[in-house]
Amino acid sequence: MAKLAIFDYGAGNLFSLESSMRKNGAKQVSIIKDMDTVDEFDGLVLPGVGNFDPAIISIEPFKRALEKASVTGTPILGICLGMEMFLERSEEGKLNGLKLLKGYVKMLDKKKVKVPHIGWNNLNITNKSSKLLSGVQNESWVYFVHSYRIVSQEKEITMASTEYGTVFPVVIEKGNVFGTQFHPEKSGVIGEKIIRNFIGVCIKSK
Amino acid sequence: MTLAKRIIPCLDVDAGNVVKGVNFSDVRIAGDPVSFAKKYTHEGADEIVFLDINASHEGREALKTVIKEVARVINIPFTVGGGIRSLHDAREILLSGADKVSINTAAVKNPELVSQLMNLFGKQCVVVAMDVKRHYINDSTEKKSYWFEVRIFGGREGTGIEAIGWAKSVEKLGAGEILLTSIDTDGTESGYDLELIRAISRAVRIPVIASGGCGSQEHILEVFRRTDVEAALAASIFHYEKATVNSVKQYLKDNGINVRI
Repeated sequence: MAKLAIFDYGAGNLFSLESSMRKNGAKQVSIIKDMDTVDEFDGLVLPGVGNFDPAIISIEPFKRALEKASVTGTPILGICLGMEMFLERSEEGKLNGLKLLKGYVKMLDKKKVKVPHIGWNNLNITNKSSKLLSGVQNESWVYFVHSYRIVSQEKEITMASTEYGTVFPVVIEKGNVFGTQFHPEKSGVIGEKIIRNFIGVCIKSK
Repeated sequence: MTLAKRIIPCLDVDAGNVVKGVNFSDVRIAGDPVSFAKKYTHEGADEIVFLDINASHEGREALKTVIKEVARVINIPFTVGGGIRSLHDAREILLSGADKVSINTAAVKNPELVSQLMNLFGKQCVVVAMDVKRHYINDSTEKKSYWFEVRIFGGREGTGIEAIGWAKSVEKLGAGEILLTSIDTDGTESGYDLELIRAISRAVRIPVIASGGCGSQEHILEVFRRTDVEAALAASIFHYEKATVNSVKQYLKDNGINVRI
């Protein structure tokens, strides 16, 4: 049974994420504000509510622990902003990202579409070996709330993309690092499937 | 495919009960919020909005309990508004399980709050609700002219603020979405206020949720065909089971509207 940790940047609702993790197979879910005990968990979740710089400030002291986890240790799931922090920098902030992935975070094109991108959009699954998307059908609906998108310099990490003004990666996987631009905890039964898949990865990697 | 049009059932809540008012008055009690939320989620609602229409201190604690229960039973996003005056209020609501907070009177009284909320929680968490009413200008000619006025305190008090300009201001302040209610059509079940909705939706580059006046699925089709709003909010057609969320979405889909089914 999986023990998961959700990192708290101090902004917003972790309740629904926590209850979704519990509902979908996590035996224990802890909200943590430091990474001192990160090795005790089977999986780490970086949630998707907040702003880039304040979130980076809160997580910066634990960069080493995250780097270590990304290579050998605990699987990490970044949701929305949580995923955006994996990259090198973001137009949302001035601070450097966690640099676990190559690329940057760019604002959606306000000239083409209304921003934020809020609501339900389709997944275009581009890599069928995706662990998070195992058993999820192409064109499934998932729920987005974001103003920024990732521009990845590692094409092979993209598992699914979505179109809104432009086409961008919305599910990424690289080793122990997983990310979704949408909110699986808010994406109905499809989102629950994705969370169960992540928890499955955590159990396997124990 | 692209972004789906959203159907959002609204739960007006007073002291733990779902209620539905007519023209912002004559309140009738209609039932328990948790069972409504559960039912709508199962029926395919894209989101749920939860408005505490009479936020008092005692009501606030009851609301937090209800939010927690609702958040536990649903796996779609939900917004809570009503009586949110400070960052503290907003954080309490979010930590109880809401995904977004909707602010109305407080945004007018203290526009800085919108920016503060954005800076702390991200703009995707911040919905500014606008209650708008036609303000008729008395003149000697037969021709009636009017402008759109923002009203506060549940529609009870005028502000003198013109709505289109206000919508642009809240976008600049950092709102992620506008929940636009027409007081003129709210509770009448005679259709959305297309003129108002079109005017506001064209003026901003953030999503707008249309509210006030929905009495049938045809009204929802009409608002998506004749304006470019991203979402339609409705209460009474779902509460009184004139239609289910699912049947409305099927009807919209059959009529060429992109919805999540």
